[in-house]
Amino acid sequence: MSGALDLSPGVPAARRPGPSLGGDPLLAGLVGLVLATALALVLLQPAPYLVNLVGQLAAFAILAVSLDLVWGYLGILSLGHGLFFAIGGYVCAMHLLAHAYAVTGTPPDLMQFMGWKSLPVYWTGLTSAPYALALALGLTAAVAFVFGLASFRSRVNGVYFSIISQALVYVAMLLMFRNDTGLGGNNGMTGFSRLFGWPMGAPGVVTGLAVATLLCLAAVLVGARVLVASPLGRRMLACRDDEARLRTLGYGTTRLKLGIWCLSAVIAALAGLLYVPQVGIINPRVLSPDLSIEIAVWVAIGGLGRLGGAVIGAVAVNALKFWLSAAMPEAWPFILSGLVLVVVLGLPNGLLDLAALRLKPTWLRRAGSRP
Amino acid sequence: MSALVIDGLTVVFGAFRALDGLSLAVDPGEVRAVIGPNGAGKTTLLDAITGITRPRSGRIRLDDGRDLTRASEAEIARAGVRRKFQKPSVFPALTVRENLALGCGPDCPARERPARLARALAETGLEARAAVPAGALAHGEKQWLEIGMVLASEPRVLLLDEPVAGLSDDETARTADLIGALRRPDRAILVIEHDMAFVEAVADRVTVLHEGRTLFEGAMAGARADARVIEVFLGR
Ligand SMILES: Nc1ncnc2c1ncn2[C@@H]1O[C@H](COP(=O)(O)OP(=O)(O)O)[C@@H](O)[C@H]1O
Ligand SMILES: [Mg+2]
Repeated sequence: MSGALDLSPGVPAARRPGPSLGGDPLLAGLVGLVLATALALVLLQPAPYLVNLVGQLAAFAILAVSLDLVWGYLGILSLGHGLFFAIGGYVCAMHLLAHAYAVTGTPPDLMQFMGWKSLPVYWTGLTSAPYALALALGLTAAVAFVFGLASFRSRVNGVYFSIISQALVYVAMLLMFRNDTGLGGNNGMTGFSRLFGWPMGAPGVVTGLAVATLLCLAAVLVGARVLVASPLGRRMLACRDDEARLRTLGYGTTRLKLGIWCLSAVIAALAGLLYVPQVGIINPRVLSPDLSIEIAVWVAIGGLGRLGGAVIGAVAVNALKFWLSAAMPEAWPFILSGLVLVVVLGLPNGLLDLAALRLKPTWLRRAGSRP
Repeated sequence: MSALVIDGLTVVFGAFRALDGLSLAVDPGEVRAVIGPNGAGKTTLLDAITGITRPRSGRIRLDDGRDLTRASEAEIARAGVRRKFQKPSVFPALTVRENLALGCGPDCPARERPARLARALAETGLEARAAVPAGALAHGEKQWLEIGMVLASEPRVLLLDEPVAGLSDDETARTADLIGALRRPDRAILVIEHDMAFVEAVADRVTVLHEGRTLFEGAMAGARADARVIEVFLGR
């Protein structure tokens, strides 16, 4: 990388994924590990807090993969992916509250707080889980489409795109802090008591959520891998490395970027949708600019442009965060900054560089990389 | 009937006229060289033809009457106009074969693709390098790969911006042969080049460009004898 503002990933050609799942042993191994973890949760039944932790980490991993898809493979650094994660999360929270209200008859805190006799019209139908799922993913795709179309058509690229995406998530946060949105305002939404009719805290529900999230992660990894290894994936890499050149070969890049951008947003929404019932709350802080930047940090730390790297980065950073935020919460920002510095200065391809160090002596790696 | 007609083309950067009412017609089957000192507007001409830079006035048309003046880069490419850039522009993360496959373009029928790839590999002599990432190629190989990418689309109009810049004498001779092999009765080729010997070897006619205007048009021998051309080239 040539400078601080150079956002191009610059993945070494030799590290590029091969054509089949077998050509990427790291990813194949990770998918296997994810599935084995899901099985272990079911069979061994560890303590619920541990199961819940695994489920949350898996949701973050999905979020990281969604960003890697557009940043690592298409060269579009979004600093606003928290927006899509939040749309998934908010719609899921609305469903959970509406559903619990329908089942138990107890009105959610939000209604009492706002002094409402019933939920506003835009909550209509959210008692239905399929409708909520369709709304979350559909709304995300629509927002991503409008934002992407406006940006890509007017050729807003690079740092400018990153800044605008960050502004977008910030505006959304300010909006959600208002109490009159009917979405919980400052306090957000919490007190989810039911999931598909089951009491939320029951061990079966906790395990079910974590396993579902792990299965989604495995599916997203395999799907993303198939995509990036396909001819379309080749076109993504070409667009990332020289978009103008790709256009002069006859390819309309706006459509390509828009399609992958919307797909990435929908995957981020899926992560939010799975995350909220596990953490038990959503509030406007998921829309804070620093969370969106943190997602990029996970991906960069794990290894940009390699799907497995995104998972490793998300899990490693968040596991550290879970542990440290209990031990010494004030130190977290400093530790995160330190990690970023170490990666930027010492490990340009993220933590995956560490693995490579151990596998091959330096002189071999030199000989193997391109001149 | 000309394959590519440029009519009164003016391109302006701020107050500076990079192209000033330039007109140029290239016939099918012809190899035309455009020469001129640095900053004459040669690359700007190709930028305007390929839709990267918008002209202030003038027209760019193909022989079927298609007007490219306001078309997008992708539309122009799909109309059969392809360009080799001055700086080798290949996709470093993709293999030679994948680069050539992209070069075939979005409209290439899937049945035809393998044959076109094989031909492009053979014509550029890159068969043995097919699976190598383009980022690992030598400079000359990148130039040939880029010509191969352009070839794979079977263009009607081929634009080459300084294809032998930075190449050794050997490589220059090979490239001249390659361009000779690209010549077809239904294809117009426009080559921009500094190297006079190379131009003499490949081109039917030359257009000498100076400060965005045509200084001379005709056979290379005529250009060498033209007093104004001599002055511009010796005077810099
Ligand atoms: N995007 C641009 N903005 C401003 N000036 C430009 C731009 N592109 C080219 N020019 C100027 O136009 C003139 C012609 O440039 P160019 O076409 O690249 O010349 P050459 O004949 O060497 O290829 C030069 O003086 C150059 O500085
Ligand atoms: Mg030039």
